[in-house]
Amino acid sequence: MPIQSYFSQLDSLDGELATLNLGPTHPATHGIFQNVLKMNGEKIVSAEPTIGYIHRAFEKLAERRPYNQITPITDRLNYCSSPINNMGWHMTVEKLAGIEVPKRAQYMRVIIMELARLADHLICNSVIGVDTGALTGFTYMFQERERIYDMYEEVCGTRLTTNVGRIGGMERDFSPAFHKKLKDFLRTFPAKFEEFNNLLERNRIFMDRTIGAGPISAERAMAYGFTGPNLRACGVDYDVRVALPYSSYEDFDFIIPVGTQGDTYDRFMVRQEEMRQSLRIIQQAYDNLPAGDYHADVPDYYLPPKDDVYTKMEALIYHFKIVMGEVPIPKGEVYHAVEGGNGELGFYLISDGGRQPYRLHFRRPCFIYYQAYPEMVKGSMLSDAILTMSSMNVIAGELDA
Amino acid sequence: MTNELIHARIEQQAPGFLTGSETARDGMLTLETTREHIYDFLQFLRDDEGLHFHFLTTLCGIHYPDQNGRELGVMYLLHNWRKNIRLRVKVFVPIEEPHLPSVTTIWPAANWMERETFDFFGICFDGHPKLTRILNVEDMEVFPLRKEYKLEDGTRTDKDDRYFGRDGHEGQRFD
Repeated sequence: MPIQSYFSQLDSLDGELATLNLGPTHPATHGIFQNVLKMNGEKIVSAEPTIGYIHRAFEKLAERRPYNQITPITDRLNYCSSPINNMGWHMTVEKLAGIEVPKRAQYMRVIIMELARLADHLICNSVIGVDTGALTGFTYMFQERERIYDMYEEVCGTRLTTNVGRIGGMERDFSPAFHKKLKDFLRTFPAKFEEFNNLLERNRIFMDRTIGAGPISAERAMAYGFTGPNLRACGVDYDVRVALPYSSYEDFDFIIPVGTQGDTYDRFMVRQEEMRQSLRIIQQAYDNLPAGDYHADVPDYYLPPKDDVYTKMEALIYHFKIVMGEVPIPKGEVYHAVEGGNGELGFYLISDGGRQPYRLHFRRPCFIYYQAYPEMVKGSMLSDAILTMSSMNVIAGELDA
Repeated sequence: MTNELIHARIEQQAPGFLTGSETARDGMLTLETTREHIYDFLQFLRDDEGLHFHFLTTLCGIHYPDQNGRELGVMYLLHNWRKNIRLRVKVFVPIEEPHLPSVTTIWPAANWMERETFDFFGICFDGHPKLTRILNVEDMEVFPLRKEYKLEDGTRTDKDDRYFGRDGHEGQRFD
C-alpha cells in the first residue's frame, strides 16, 4: 500500500505519525510510568508501556529477612493503602504457622483495613476529578485522608508506611484518642463525602469526559487478570472479602457494587459506592467490637511487653529468639489473598523451615492489570489515556515491587 | 468441588498429564506435570466444563539449586470463580535448558507474568510475543532471583543461616 493512502486511511491530519514519550516523569501520570505512544494527531495509534522505574527487588529482599521484618517491605507495595498489605502479610504467616487470631484483633484489623480502603479510593477518585479539571473536591478529600492518617498514627505511630499490626494480632489496643477520632470521623465524614460526590457524580463536564473513556469488556478484563474495582466496573462481582473471607469479613453485611460498561465513569462510581460500604463495615465492626485480647497468645511469634523483657527471664528469652530469628516455623507453602485497594493482593510463601522465606511472591493486582492499558487506550484521545490511567489507580510501588 | 473430585476428574478426562499431586499446607491441591504437557494441561483445566479453572491468578518462578535436573520451577495459580476453588500447577525444568511453552495464548494476563519470570529466573517462554526484561535494566546479565546471587556482602558472618535453623541450601549460606 502506498504510504500516502495508508495515512489517509488512518484519518490523519497531515499524514504523519508522531512518537510521544509520555513519562517516565510527567505531571499528569502521578507516578513514574513511561508510555511510548504513537500518535496520529491527538489520537493514540499504539502504546508501549515501560515499567520498573522504582523496582526495589522486594522478592529478593524478602529472602534475606525474618518474617517480622518483611512487613515494612509490604508497606511500600501499594502505599496508598499500606495497612491492607501489612495485614495480608501477617495473615499469610499466621496461615503458615497455624495461628488463630482473637476475634477482637480480627475486628480491629477490619476497621484499619477499611479505613485504608477509604484512603486509597479517596485518592484515586479525587485524582480522577483533578484530571478532568475539578481540583476542588481533591483539596477537601485530602483533608479527610489526613484524618484517616491521624487515626493510623494513633494505632501504629506512622502515617504512610504504616507497619501496622504484628504476626499474631495487633501491636497495641486502640487508644482513647483513636476511639474519639474514629467516632468523630464516622459522624462527620459521610456528609463531606456526599458533598464531594455531588460535585462530580451528575456533573455534565465530568460525565462527558469519563463515560466511554478507556472501556474494557468483562471477558477481556478476566482474561487480563483484572481484580478489584476495575474488574467490578465491568460487571463481575468478584471480591476476595466475599469469595474467600478472611479476618471475619463474613460477619459483616455489605454489598459488592458493580458497573456495566467498564469505563472510567464506572470505575469511579464503583469506588464511590465501595467507600460507602467500607463505612458500613467500619460502623458494624466498631459497634460490635468484641472484648478480649488484641493479640493471640503465641509467645514464639509475638513480642512480649518491653517491661517484661527487662524484668522477666522468660520474656527476655522470647524477645531474643524473635529478634534474632531463632523461631521455628513450619515447612510448607501457603497462598493467602486479601482484597487490596486495587484487587486481589496475594502472597505466595514457600517456607523451608528457615528463619526467612525460601521464596515469597507477591501477586500485585496493578502489575497484572496494567498490561491491558495499551488495549484500553488504543484509538482514544491522549487526554482520555491520562484519565484512564488515573482511574485504573496504577500505583508505581505495587506495579514495580 | 473438592480436591479429590478435581483429582479424579483430571485422572479420568486427561490421563497421563499428572506426574505428582499433593495437598499443600494451606489445603490447596498442588499438581505437577511435565514441560511436554503443561500447555495442554492448562488449556484443559481452563476449558473442561467440569473444572473450569478460567482465571490465572498468578504465576511465578522458583529455584531449587539442589534438585538435580529440575532446578527451575514455575508455579501457576488458577482459580475457578464459579465453584470458588483454587489450584496450583507446578512444572520443573533443568537449569541448562530452561524452556517452557508460553501460555499467553490461553491467558493474555500471562504476558507480563512470564516476562517477570524470565527477568528474574531466566526461564524462556517459547512463543511469547515479546520476551524481554520487564522490571530490571535491559543490559543486566544475571537472573537475580536465582539462589546463587547473594543479596548481602558475603563476608558477613553474623547472618550465617546455620545458626538460625536453616540447614539446606548452598545459595542461602555464607561460607
